[in-house]
This record gives sequence, C-alpha cells and structure tokens, in this order.
Amino acid sequence: MTQIGQPISRLEGKLKVTGAAKYSGEYKVPNLLYGYVVSSAITKGKIIKIHTESAEKIKGVVKIFTHLNRPGKAWFDMQYADMDAPPGASFRPLHNDEIKFNGQPIALVVAETFEAAREGASMIKVDYQETKFQTDLHSNLAAARDAKKGMATLLKPPPPKPTGDFEKAYAESDFKASGEFIHSTEHHNPMELFTTTTLYDGKGKLTIYDKTQGTINCQLYVGNVFGLHFKNVRVVSPFVGGAFGSGLRPQYQLFLSVMAALDLKRHVRVTLDRSQMFSFGHRPQTIQHTRFGATQEGKITALNHTSVAETSQFEDYTENVTNWSSMMYPADNTLFEQKLVSLDVNSPMDMRAPGGSTGLHAIEATMDEISYKLNIDPLELRLINYSTFNNAEKKPYSSKELKACYLQGAEKFGWYKRSPQPRSMSRGQKLVGYGMATGIWDAMQLPARAEAIITKDGKLHVKSAVTDIGVGTLTVMTQIAADEFGLNMEDVLFFYGDSKLPFAPIQGGSFTTATVGTAIVFASKALKKKLLKIAKTSNEAFKKAEIEEVTFKNGMMIYKDCSISFLEIINTNKDKPIRTTNFGYPHALKLRKYARAVHSASFVEVEVDQELGTIKVTRALTAVAAGRIINPKTARSQVLGGMVWSISKALMEETIMDAQLGKYINQSFAEYHIPVHADINELDVLFVQEDDKIINELGIKGVGEVGLVAMPPAIANAIYHATGKRINRFPIHFDELMES
Amino acid sequence: MNNFDYQKAATVSDVVGKSTFVAGGTNLIDLLKYNLTNAATLIDINTIGEHHDILEIEDGVRLGALATNADTAYHPIIEQRYPLLSRAILAGASAQIRNMATNGGNLLQRTRCYYFYDPHAPCNKRLPGSGCSAINGYNRNMAILGTSENCIAVFPSDMSIALSALDAIINIKSEDGERSVDFADFHRLPGDTPPIDNNLKPGEFITSIDLPLKGFAKNYSYLKLRDRASYAFALVSVATGLELDGDTIRDVRITLGGVSHKPWRVKDAEHYLIGKKADRENFSAAADIILQGAVGFAHNTFKIKLAKKAIVRNCMMALDPSTQLPGAQPSA
Repeated sequence: MTQIGQPISRLEGKLKVTGAAKYSGEYKVPNLLYGYVVSSAITKGKIIKIHTESAEKIKGVVKIFTHLNRPGKAWFDMQYADMDAPPGASFRPLHNDEIKFNGQPIALVVAETFEAAREGASMIKVDYQETKFQTDLHSNLAAARDAKKGMATLLKPPPPKPTGDFEKAYAESDFKASGEFIHSTEHHNPMELFTTTTLYDGKGKLTIYDKTQGTINCQLYVGNVFGLHFKNVRVVSPFVGGAFGSGLRPQYQLFLSVMAALDLKRHVRVTLDRSQMFSFGHRPQTIQHTRFGATQEGKITALNHTSVAETSQFEDYTENVTNWSSMMYPADNTLFEQKLVSLDVNSPMDMRAPGGSTGLHAIEATMDEISYKLNIDPLELRLINYSTFNNAEKKPYSSKELKACYLQGAEKFGWYKRSPQPRSMSRGQKLVGYGMATGIWDAMQLPARAEAIITKDGKLHVKSAVTDIGVGTLTVMTQIAADEFGLNMEDVLFFYGDSKLPFAPIQGGSFTTATVGTAIVFASKALKKKLLKIAKTSNEAFKKAEIEEVTFKNGMMIYKDCSISFLEIINTNKDKPIRTTNFGYPHALKLRKYARAVHSASFVEVEVDQELGTIKVTRALTAVAAGRIINPKTARSQVLGGMVWSISKALMEETIMDAQLGKYINQSFAEYHIPVHADINELDVLFVQEDDKIINELGIKGVGEVGLVAMPPAIANAIYHATGKRINRFPIHFDELMES
Repeated sequence: MNNFDYQKAATVSDVVGKSTFVAGGTNLIDLLKYNLTNAATLIDINTIGEHHDILEIEDGVRLGALATNADTAYHPIIEQRYPLLSRAILAGASAQIRNMATNGGNLLQRTRCYYFYDPHAPCNKRLPGSGCSAINGYNRNMAILGTSENCIAVFPSDMSIALSALDAIINIKSEDGERSVDFADFHRLPGDTPPIDNNLKPGEFITSIDLPLKGFAKNYSYLKLRDRASYAFALVSVATGLELDGDTIRDVRITLGGVSHKPWRVKDAEHYLIGKKADRENFSAAADIILQGAVGFAHNTFKIKLAKKAIVRNCMMALDPSTQLPGAQPSA
C-alpha cells in the first residue's frame, strides 16, 4: 500500500494532546533566568530616562538591559535582515533612545524567577519626549507611494503592467461594477506565546529553543547580529503552537534572550505576553478600489484594482493584493496599482494568505456585483470567464481544475437551489443567502536540501531543518519518504525542526510540502543509487541492474526475480549506515513556460436575522484543486482551519487602532475576536482530482493558504444575497444589517 | 503583577473590615496581571465555611455569594423557579469561567472597557482626572445610557441583568452588622466618581443574594447580542419577565444590559405595559420609554435602535420561552 494519499493521523498527535510535546517555553532547564520585556508606552519620540532603581530592588532581579547598557552588536542594518526581511532597515531592539512604534521593547528585566522579572518590569518608569505620530491609514492617503524593491520582491512581484486601455474599455463596457473595500489590521495570535529559551553552552555556543517557522533563518540571524559562528548556534523548534506567518521572521524575544544569555553567560528564557504579541508583525490595514467592466454576455473586458496598505517607517512590507484578478479572468484591458503609506507602526508581515485573502475579497465581491447587474448566476459568470491561461504572466497553467471545483462544489452544496434575487430566501425570522467565490494561491517551490539514510538496522531516516508549524509536515514527509522506498510508516523516521539538519527555507507560502518533499525525493533517488552500487559489490544478481529497473519494497531492493534486504546491503557496507544529502529544486527551465497556482471555490449559506441583523454562517463548502494531495486528512484540516479563519476575517477579526493614542487597544483574546465553537456550523471540504505532471516530481501544489482566499468574499456575497446589502468593510458587523 | 501574601479565610468575621478578597478570581487575576490592582495581601474567601449554597427561604431563594455561577445556573431550584437567571448566567463568559466565578464576584466585576485595562491610556475610572479615552476613541462597546462626561464604561455582567429584573436583594455584612440593599440601588452610574462601581463600602462583604418569590418562570427570556456566538460581552442584552392574564400583561420586568454602567431598568416602561396587551406594538412603545435619553457616540449609536428592537424581540420570545436558543441568541 502506498502511503501517499492515505488519510494518516498526525504522527505527533498523541504527544500534543497529552502534553508530552515540548514547546519552546516548556523545556526544563536548571538555573534558568527569565526575561520580561518592558514595552514603550508612547508611539513616537525619544526615551529621556528609564528609572530602574525600584525594579533593581526586587528580590531575584539580576540585570535590567536598556539601550544604555546593552552589549555591542552588529553595526550594519544588513546583518539584522533575515530571509524574510522586506526592503529597508530591520528593527534593532534596544538600539537607541528612539521610539518608532507603540509597544516597542525598550528594556528587558532579567531575574531568577518569571514572577520577579514581571514585577520588576511593572515597576520601571520611563520619561519620554513624545513627538507627533500618524497611525491612521485613511487620513494619510496623500502620502501613498510605490514600494521600494528588494530581495523580497522576488517572491512577491509587483502587479502586472497595464494592458490595453482600461479607462476607455471601462467607459464603453455594457455593465460596470466598482467598490471600495476596507480591511482592518489583523494580528496572527497563535495560541502559543512567543518564547525563546537560550541555553548558554559555554565557549560561545548556544542551543536555542525558539518559536519559529524557520530554524535556519533564526540561526543565521543570531549568527549575524551577535557575530557568532553559525556552527555554534543551534536553533531547535520541533513543535510550534501555531504561527500563521508570525514566525517567518525572528521576533524580538529571540534577540533579547540571546543577548542576555551571552552577556550573563546563563540560560535565559524570554516570553512575550499576549498584549506584547500585538507589538510585532501584523496583516496591514488596506483600502482597495475595484472597477470591472463586462459585456452584455458577461465577458469581463476591463479590470482595475488598486490597493493602499500601511507599512512602517523603516521597512517597505508589501503583500500582493492586486495581482490576482488577471491571473483569474482574461480581460484585455487591465490597470493595477499597489501603494504604501508609512505609518508609525511596526512593520507588517505575512499572515495566512497575505495579500490573497485581502485582494480576493475585492475581486470576488465585484464579480458578484456584476453578476447581479447582468442577471447571470454568479457561478455562471465565473464559467463564462473561465480560462486555463494566466493572462498576467501570458502563460498556460501547469494544471487548473478549477472548473471541477465549481461544478462538483456547486452540486454537493446544492447551489442550484438558490433563488436568484436578493432577499428572496428565508427560514423563519431569518433571511437566507447563498454566496460563492473563487480562490487562488501561488503554487511555489523553493530549493531545499534533505538527507536520507539507511540505518544500521535497515530503517530509513530522513532529515531536514524544516519546522512543522502544526500543519502535518512530519506526517506528510514521512509518507513521501516511505513511498520512495516502499516502506511502512513505522520504518521511517523524519528528523526536523533543527538548524543543524540540512537546509530548508522558512515554512510559509504553502510551499513547504513541494519544497521539502521534492528534496526528499531527490535524496531518496540518490540514496537508492548508492544502495544499488553497494549491492552490486556483493550480489552477483544485481551486477547488471540499472536503477530504473530496480524496485524497493518492505526493506528490500528487488531486481527481476532477485531481492536483497537493506540489512544485507548494510552488512556489505561494513555495518555502517548509508547516507546521502541532496538538493531538491524546481525545474526552472521546464517551469518557465507555465504559470502555477492552486485554485478553489467556496460556497456559503448564511442566515441573517431580519430584525436584528445577527449573522450565522450555517454551512459552507470549499472545493480545492491543489495537485496531488499527500494526506487528505491533514490537507482537509488545513482547509478547515482556513474556513474557520474565513468566518473570523469576514465577521469578527480586527485589531483596533486608536489613532489618537497611536496604539492597538484590543490586545487580548477577550477583545480580539476570533470564532468560538458556537460560531462554527457545517463545514465541508472537497478535493478535486488534479494531476500535474509539470510542476514537480510528486505533482504537489500546497494547501496552506488556499482555504482563506475564497470563503471570506463568499460570506460577503451570501450576506448580500440574503439581505440586499453590500458591505465592503471587513469585518462585517451585524448591526449594519439591522432592519431600518 | 506584584508578589503578595496569600491567606485563607475560615469565617466571614475573618474578612469583614479587610480588602482584596479572591473568590473565583476570574476578573481579579486579570486586574492583578494588568497591574490595575496591587494587593499586599490577598485573602482567599473560598475557604469560608458558609454562603456556598442555594437555599429556599421563607420569601424566596437565597443564593450564597460563594456559590459558583455554574452551580447556580444548573441548580434545580433556579432552573425551575428562576429560569431567567439560569439563562442569563449561561449566556455569560465560558463554561470554564462560570465554573470558577462566584455570585458575589459577579456583581463586583469591573468594566471591560479597553482603555481601563491599558495602564498607559487616560481613564477616569482607573486614574481620576486623567480623562476618558473612550468618549472620543473607539466606543462600539460603550454605554449609551446614564453616561457622564467622565466615563462611558459598561458594566459587563449578564447575571446581574437578570437579578435586576427579578428584584433581587443583596445581603451585606460588615463590622457594624448586616444590611440589605435592593439590587437597583447597588450599582452606580459613573457621574463624577467613575472609579466607584457600586455602593459596597470598604470593609463590607456580600454574603448572599435573595430572590423574591416571583420568578417569572412561565414567561421569560434572555437575549444577548454580540459579535460572536459565545465568550463575548453583550453589545445589548435584555432580560424580560412577564406575568400574563390571557394576553394581558399583569406584571412585567425588563432590564437592559451592555448599555450602561449599571443594569438599566426603567419602571415607567413597566408601568406603561401593565394592563396592556402583550403585543409588538406595546412592547415597542415600552422600548421607546426605556431608551429615552439614550445618547450614542461615534461607534455605538446603533445600540439605541438595536436595544429597542432587542427589547421587542425578547418580549415576544418571553411569550413562548421555548423559542429561546442556546447562547441567548435571537429566536429562529
């Protein structure tokens, strides 16, 4: 039985539900010091004085680090730049007296107990010189500008250049729809707090347990900033309690923990509290505008999509908000624009489906609007504009089974029971609405290395520095490796989450399975060749065998009628393990001719109380075309998580910026609303068959983000269908739907 | 949070005259963590041997101040005779919090105003004279009734909304002896003294809450409107108890939550309804009376209209309490 395609439960599931899995703040370490961060109370200005005297008197307080006494560190901004750093100068904790955003870390109190550190931190008083700040996007639109370009631009190209004559085509189009779409700031808010435990191993060596999506990214960052040899810095992160992008960049607790450990020559743990987790990266607030034009028949002829997003004063973070519509709909006249406004906030950063979950709302709600103007079923409108050609890149897709998503999804959901007019369906005192929308996400793949080993006892070990941020990477990689050698899951061990293992990029963008999975395939192929080579030295029957003629099954290498066990091969190898480390990479030359994307379609039913406006997403279905699904169970969980988040994004989630105070004011789980169980009703996921022979060895596309692109607009569209009210500001508050 | 001494009390006389007690701790621990409360000594009152029970008394039922919200809500006497109270309690917080939180503590919980919890934001409730950040800030969750220029915070309890409607009486002990306070006189409007939430004096201790005999068990409803289905404070909530004679209203209680610094009950509206037909039109007219004088701010003006509609809806639900849904959501 092949392992790929089996709905195998997470291998680490039992460890997680029994509490045996250790997260970065849970390692028992003797003589551990605890650091607590003091955060800036102002938004912009200078620190005049930090009063540490009373904190120093707290029993157990060891040292208080500020910009005045922090140890020297890297001089150049470049050395603070991590793999995911946007263009600009990365934030340097405790660098000087300058305050750039509210909640900025300005001191670290280190103590023998967590409680003493926290009490000490609460006693520190700071004198500031405040200067005028700007944190409101809407009142600073005049400052909108193009983003600076940099390394990050490679993965996030600017929007496609204009084609045709948009203004003319739009003016002349039979039907038009337009809208302004406003999205609030969101914070990732993984359940696990950001924690780093730095073990000071002596002789300048560090073992660091960090909450991260990239062990090697953090290793390089620490090495660069603190001038350490990379081999002396080991970053370990086997379990990550959610991250959603917040672990793509090293967060400041890593810096502070390492700084204190090196200075005090002690083990140091720094944990951020929940409110401090609102002081780093976030999904930026955005304002988007769309104008789409269509013919009488429903053909989209003109697409205009613009976006203005916030960034910090020191980095140009960009997410691709407006790139998507011409990837989906082949209009001849297009005009796209993305601008940034620098505000006095920390730099935004990637958060689940960055850009896509923002832009698709505007695109798919505008499409919905057009469908009503044309009196064409929203699904039919998508089919009229269906194309397997990516108009933005002018290339065909390597595969695109979106039509199957539309048709199978609609059938299973019961879309055809929808009555076309808004406010035409009801159930008791509730208006009922059906909405649908399309989703798209890049199918990316990066280079990575993997090591494959046949151990002395004939088992397969596979290694990569990659993390498993809770998505099932351990399980999926084990499945891929098992199939390469025809093994059962029990005969394969995957080692991961450790920077001393072979290189893997940060885990994000839905590219991990394709990236690391392909590296495992490359390493496996190389290892098989090695096994054959060794077998040939001891077994006559294999002398003439070519690798293509050999199969592997249950710990045996098989050629025609002959077989040899891994143990025999190991025996030939003087009882030493057989190992190889290889690079896996995308086939750039072949791929150059194709566009690559994963697609989805979401169908949503909502109930809206006629009188009070309260909203309930009663059921939803997302159909996904994501190439080969390695593990239908973990993949389904990924999409389900995205669907729950879609309800959150459309109806609940926002970090509220008080522009007078220049700070976020709902910095807790009580006030930063995400759905609770009672908000989640029937959710269904459907994977359609999509065989992609071009994209990579295994035909993998990735499913991390695609669950959160189609469903938020589908909810907005369902609300329109139920109520006749088009609300383009997310989250949609129920009082906006209250009967007038 | 500071280091503090922790003591366990054995009797009520151990605690009267002292301050900073912890029972469920479901709000106090937050306040300590946010450095809003700073007790040198924390006295655990869970260890007091009495006031944990729900007891039938001569003219009603007595809720021990130390009984948990969950034990109260699920107590057969409460479920059968005061289902409005049971419903309201179960609409609040989460199961875990209700298992810890006590009845006495519920009455004393502080507001959930964002700015109150932020030690760096101006707040007259936290730091008198510093100003109110909410009036010109983000005030979706804030009050529309009984506000002052100093404070527009909301009292967040669900349980108290039902207790107000049920005309509960609060029994208080102090070094001077015992006294009882009508529920309506317990919580305060912010006025010029926003730091003072209620009329419990320093050194006083709530021992129990009495429910009068009339429980409105036949026609009652609790409705809670919020931005998610559970674990969120009310934007508007309504407790309604009706006593009907055919379709004529013989007695009625309506208390609004989520709109003021105290449970909001307007007796004029109840008087207006008595003797009238139990229908939408009359409930709507009563709602107008209840909302008289309501003033909205930049983000919460919707609450005025929403509260009126919620009152009407909840009164209609009270005519057939079986229409109530879990989580005090609007009827189907």
